[in-house]
This record gives sequence, C-alpha cells and structure tokens, in this order.
Amino acid sequence: MLLLAGSVPVKDLPLLIGPVEITSHGIKMDGHVLEVNRGNEAMMTAAALICQEYKLDKPVGMVAGDTGNRAGSEAIYKYLAENLPNMNADVVTLHYVMPDINLNKKVLATIDTMDKKPVMIADAGTMYVAKAGGDAHYYDVFTPDLGEMAFLADDKADHPAFTRGYIFDLEDDVPALIQKAHEANNVPATMFVKGATDYICLNGEIVETISEPCVETMEPIGGTGDLITGMISALIYAGKSPLDACRIAGRVNRQAGVLSQPTPATQIEEILQFLPQALHEVLEQLG
Amino acid sequence: MKWFGKKKDKEIDDTALESVTRGLLVFAHPTTVISVEEILKDEGYSIRVVSPPPSYRTGCDLSVEFPLEFEAEISELLNSVGMAPLDVVPITSKGMEPLHFVRKKEFNGRYLMIRAANMKMTVDKISGKIVNISGGGCPDVPYMATEMIGQRLTDVSSPGEVGYSLCAYSLNTSYEELVKELGA
Repeated sequence: MLLLAGSVPVKDLPLLIGPVEITSHGIKMDGHVLEVNRGNEAMMTAAALICQEYKLDKPVGMVAGDTGNRAGSEAIYKYLAENLPNMNADVVTLHYVMPDINLNKKVLATIDTMDKKPVMIADAGTMYVAKAGGDAHYYDVFTPDLGEMAFLADDKADHPAFTRGYIFDLEDDVPALIQKAHEANNVPATMFVKGATDYICLNGEIVETISEPCVETMEPIGGTGDLITGMISALIYAGKSPLDACRIAGRVNRQAGVLSQPTPATQIEEILQFLPQALHEVLEQLG
Repeated sequence: MKWFGKKKDKEIDDTALESVTRGLLVFAHPTTVISVEEILKDEGYSIRVVSPPPSYRTGCDLSVEFPLEFEAEISELLNSVGMAPLDVVPITSKGMEPLHFVRKKEFNGRYLMIRAANMKMTVDKISGKIVNISGGGCPDVPYMATEMIGQRLTDVSSPGEVGYSLCAYSLNTSYEELVKELGA
C-alpha cells in the first residue's frame, strides 16, 4: 500500500483516511471531496494519476485540517505513531505538517519497532522536522527545492527561515550545498533537488542532472514540487528504484510544463491534467 | 583524566561569571512575533527576533531577545495589548536571526517574483494582484495561498496576519519587499 499523509488547509476537518479517488471537483477521500489547490492535495492527485496509469491500487490518503494552529498536524503524528505498524504500508510519503521534533520522533520510534520498514519519502514540513531533529537517516528520499537545499546544508538551522546568509548565497553552487548537506548527515541516500536544473543524488554524489525542456514560468507556480513528490512516491510503489523514480518524475514534470504552456499566474490543477500524457511521452522517450 | 575535569570546572565557572543582561520572550506562534517586534521597536526597545533556546524548540519557533532590565515594563506593555508571552527566560548565548535576504526575478516584464528563504510570492504588476505563492512546508502555506491569490497586494491581509508559522514569517518578508517595490 502507498500511504500519503499530510495536513490540508480546511478548518476543523477531522482526520480522514481512505483511498484517494480523483473526481472532477477534486480528490475524494473518506467521504469528503477536497479541492486541489497545492500541497498535499496536489501531491496526492499526482500520485493517484501515476498509480492509475500503472494500473495499481489507489494510494491511501491520510489528511487532517490545519491552517497553522497545529491541531491537524498533531492528529496525523499521533495516528501514525500509534497505528503505522498495522497499516501494511510499503511506501510512506509524509508532506505538509507543522514541524514538531518530539512528535516526529515518536513516529520514527514506532517505525523502529516494525519488522518491515516502509520506503520513507519526505518533503515540506516533514523534511524540515526530519533535518531539525537529526533524523534524516530514517528516510529514503528527500525532494528539496533550492531554498530548502540551502537549509539542509546549514547544520545550525532548524527551519529554512534560519538559513544563514552565506549559505543562502551558495545557491548558485548547488553541488557544494549537496556536499555540505551530505557531510552533515542531513539528507537520506536519494535526493531530488528541484530547480532550473534538477539534481538527482545518491549518497551525496550527483548522478544525473535534468535541465531540458526548461519552462521558466513553472518556477513561481505553487505545487510543481508537490507533483514531483507525488510522482516519485507512486513510481517507487510501482517498483521503480528511487533513482529511476526521480529520473522519470523530473522529466514528466517538465514535459507537463511544456504541454500546459503556463504563465506565472497558472494554477497547479492546469498542469496536473497533463501528467498522464506527459508520462506516456517520457516513457516512450526513455524506451 | 584530571585535566578534563579541570577544563569542565573552568567552563562552568565562566558561564557562572557571565552577566545575564538579555532575556527571551517565547510565544506560541512565530507570526505573533511580527506584531510584538513592531510594537517594541516603535517603543524604542533594542530587540532582536531570534530562534529560541534548544529546550523550547519544536522545529518552527521564533522568539524576541530583549534587554532584561526592561522585563517588567515590556511584560506590562504586552499584557495590555493581549500579547503576553508564554514564557520569559534569561539567556547567555545569542540565538540565530531569521534570514531577511531576498531574491527577485521578473517574468516577461509583467510578473515580479520575490523569494525570501524558501517562500516565493509573485505579483502581476499590471493588475497588482498576487498570482502565485510557492514553496514552504508548514500547513498555513496552502491556507495563505487560498486566502491571498487573486487579491490585490494593496487590499490583502499580510502573511503575518493570516499565517502562524516560520514559513509565514518568510512569506511576510517577500510580501513586504513586494509592497516596497510596487507601492502599497
């Protein structure tokens, strides 16, 4: 089972768990329809589309409403800490949550008790809290953007907002950031660094870069990184290695950008609809 | 082994001798700190917005460093405006300050994107409307996007008012820079 967890910006929405179904109004889960804006809903939609294309069972979503007051995030942490071993998850992707080092460590302590550890993917708040808590080694894949890469490279920062200026300035030297982050044990084995050039890394080494096709107007669009995380999750669930999942997802994201011809004002759902076509074209190119 | 013991004693002595002149105001949400910072700076206090000490850190926190000699009057002031801190602690070491550098990028001469740390906000310079918000990982980011996209920069509540997290604090830096660039 592919489990995708994170908060959604709906006030007072209780914890929902269920298969993620794509509808014309958004994603449907546990009897609720959630509008696809960005964040977890976009990540879950991308994963569900890829699962559909590979004829896999639907991913299982776990969401709770959180607009910043922590309640939904705490519900997710607590449920995972108490129930993850019984969920039979093969791949677990944890995404937008309010960083809470203590609660995240309880989830990781639960994972320590499991005979079969799931493949663990982290982005957004989960990636922040994993790094801040010194727990990156529990995960298999991180998917930072450039600002987040600088944060991972700064061993003193607890959150990207605290990244020190001289490291923020290193963003034009991404390989140096990757090396610093790896040497500080702040990243897992596989990492996909999202940017004008995407960097795919294994154990601190850059094994591939992707820079074409380049659709510059994708950069301001909220949710493009969420699509990549969702696709990597589903591709790993489909049996691809983490590296191959990164290679395919990076190309599909760019191809979906070409197909959707976005402006900086484009919203993510306009790009999402091109993912299946982009996947077919990329798989054909890759043979 | 005796040498190690001696060194440890000296470190303790040094710490004990260091005079404690600064304190830390700890709050539940980073964005409360934006309002507190404004109030205390307006009143002329010498303060810094910094990360809290390790025992208070959850992974998304911000606090205010202030001169301890003014503890009573600052506490009274914040109580009077309903912004009492969760805790006040004396400190001997400096906390880290949040990043205030920004990067700017224009698209087609029409759209201006400003990024602070991990947060980007993009505005259509013709309509003055916020067209996209990107980056971040705290739960209020998608919420702020829902509330702010499509609104004019001049009409919208700032991320400091809408959000709670450090991502909101960084997005507020982008927002303030956009207001400076494009005019309120």
